[in-house]
Amino acid sequence: MSKQPFSALSLIWRAASRHRSWQPQWRKAEPKKAYDAIIVGGGGHGLGAAYYLAKEHGLTNIAVLEKGWIGGGNTGRNTTIIRSNYLFSESAALYDHSLKLWENLSQVLNYNVMFSPRGVMMLAHTVHDVQVSKRHIHANRCNGVDNDWLEPEEAKAFCPPLNIDSNIRYPVLGAALQRRGGTARHDAVAWGYARAADAMGVDIIENCEVTGFRRDTAGAVLGVETSQGYIDSRKIGVCAAGHTSVVLQMAGVSLPLESFPLQALVSEPIKPIFPCVVMSNTIHAYISQSDKGELVIGAGTDAYTSYTQRGALHINTHTLDAICELFPHFRRLRMLRNWGGIVDVTPDRSPIIAKTPVPGLYVNCGWGTGGFKATPGSAHVFAWTMARDEPHPINAPFNIERFRDGYLIDEAAAAAVAH
Amino acid sequence: MLIIDCPYCGRRPEIEFTHGGEAHLVRPPQPAELSDQDWAAFLYMRSNTKGIYAERWRHARGCGQFFNALRDTTTDHFLSTYKSGTPRPVVNTTPSEEGHS
Ligand SMILES: Cc1cc2nc3c(=O)[nH]c(=O)nc-3n(C[C@H](O)[C@H](O)[C@H](O)COP(=O)(O)OP(=O)(O)OC[C@H]3O[C@@H](n4cnc5c(N)ncnc54)[C@H](O)[C@@H]3O)c2cc1C
Ligand SMILES: [Zn+2]
Repeated sequence: MSKQPFSALSLIWRAASRHRSWQPQWRKAEPKKAYDAIIVGGGGHGLGAAYYLAKEHGLTNIAVLEKGWIGGGNTGRNTTIIRSNYLFSESAALYDHSLKLWENLSQVLNYNVMFSPRGVMMLAHTVHDVQVSKRHIHANRCNGVDNDWLEPEEAKAFCPPLNIDSNIRYPVLGAALQRRGGTARHDAVAWGYARAADAMGVDIIENCEVTGFRRDTAGAVLGVETSQGYIDSRKIGVCAAGHTSVVLQMAGVSLPLESFPLQALVSEPIKPIFPCVVMSNTIHAYISQSDKGELVIGAGTDAYTSYTQRGALHINTHTLDAICELFPHFRRLRMLRNWGGIVDVTPDRSPIIAKTPVPGLYVNCGWGTGGFKATPGSAHVFAWTMARDEPHPINAPFNIERFRDGYLIDEAAAAAVAH
Repeated sequence: MLIIDCPYCGRRPEIEFTHGGEAHLVRPPQPAELSDQDWAAFLYMRSNTKGIYAERWRHARGCGQFFNALRDTTTDHFLSTYKSGTPRPVVNTTPSEEGHS
């Protein structure tokens, strides 16, 4: 635990002493010559993996190498929707493992990640949507994951701003509600893991871009070339999200990934009006309200692969059309900011958390448009995989060979859209 | 929004087009003779290039034709568009300002 644990008393005491006694929450580390393990990518998944490697596997001589600043990738750019009501049993196990870790993550890390299980309501607008939602609900129940069907009036009772008029272009025919789902503070997840990992001796090295790998004659990794020099390590885990293809190509590993811009935007802050999270896969609208009061709105991916972190405005316009129809109150709100992140998408829209064909090299990627919710669970099983050189039972199905062997975990087909 | 130079119709806004994925992927002539690994590579592996990338577009809400393009995925600037079936053009890697969006 950090030298300055947080508690109500410590906050009052530091406020009373005019906040002059705060120390940085983690060290600015310089790279050592060698580590027992290296994580490439300082997003939530990478920082979390470092935390669990130190905490549960006793590997503390490790480093997280981040080319920019920690949490500056998709971790700090996402709309923070957390849920676990995926169709297939493999996915339900993985995402629900994560959801259970979210539930007491603030206490475990002694850092407020603001996990707020306010309920995630997924709307159905067509007969097909209704059938798919109900199929999900039944599958989820078999897997012990909560998910309830709501009629339109019940959906409106749960989320009063919702327009359930039957005359709109895509009327609300009902909704699937996961009450345990919700949101969390994205930056705090990166900072909380970084602080807790640092306290156990993990070096968090920012502005350190991995530019190549050194390997021995048998092909196993020996270390990484970086913008801050060569660093030795026989165990390297890559958590580079949209840049995973770029990093792994340096080690000669190809993966079934494509990187797309995914966009989001926020409105001007307003008083509390929106009590839950609402998602509509069919008309591409994802919305919740942050504690600052901004409406946080997720849009779709652009059509083409790109690394620009931009995307085009018509994608956002399309989402705002849907939002304005579903929530007519919001028509006159102004939007404050929009941005994009680069998401790495697999053919079946399920992640890869696995060993690679290169000995000592592991990868955690393919989270696409929906990996924030999985941060604690993914980091936890990835650390296990790296420490023991074999997958945890939960991530065993999420290997690379499934594309060759035909064992896809086809959440893409199950949802038919980004999720 | 991108402005895309359809080889048949000229420059049009992106919303008239659909993206067709990576270009120059050739379907193996004898799929039954392929190993699972090679078949998976054809179906799923993509270069996902950070840099100059050859891709397919279809002018779906225009002439309806498929064609290919070279685009720099670090800037989204197009370097060239060309008809399907013609080879990938050799381009100057420092893109000029013309024809950009
Ligand atoms: C707009 C948007 C909305 C989203 N909404 C949701 C949502 O509501 N719910 C949800 O569950 N998910 C959502 N996601 C997806 C989610 O953000 C990601 O799946 C998740 O945050 C990925 O975390 P990560 O730690 O793997 O990646 P990142 O946070 O992107 O971290 C990867 C890090 O690797 C670093 N890196 C890359 N290359 C190198 C290199 N060569 N050397 C060193 N470092 C390198 C990058 O700088 C980056 O910081 C959304 C994504 C976006 C973009
Ligand atoms: Zn045309």
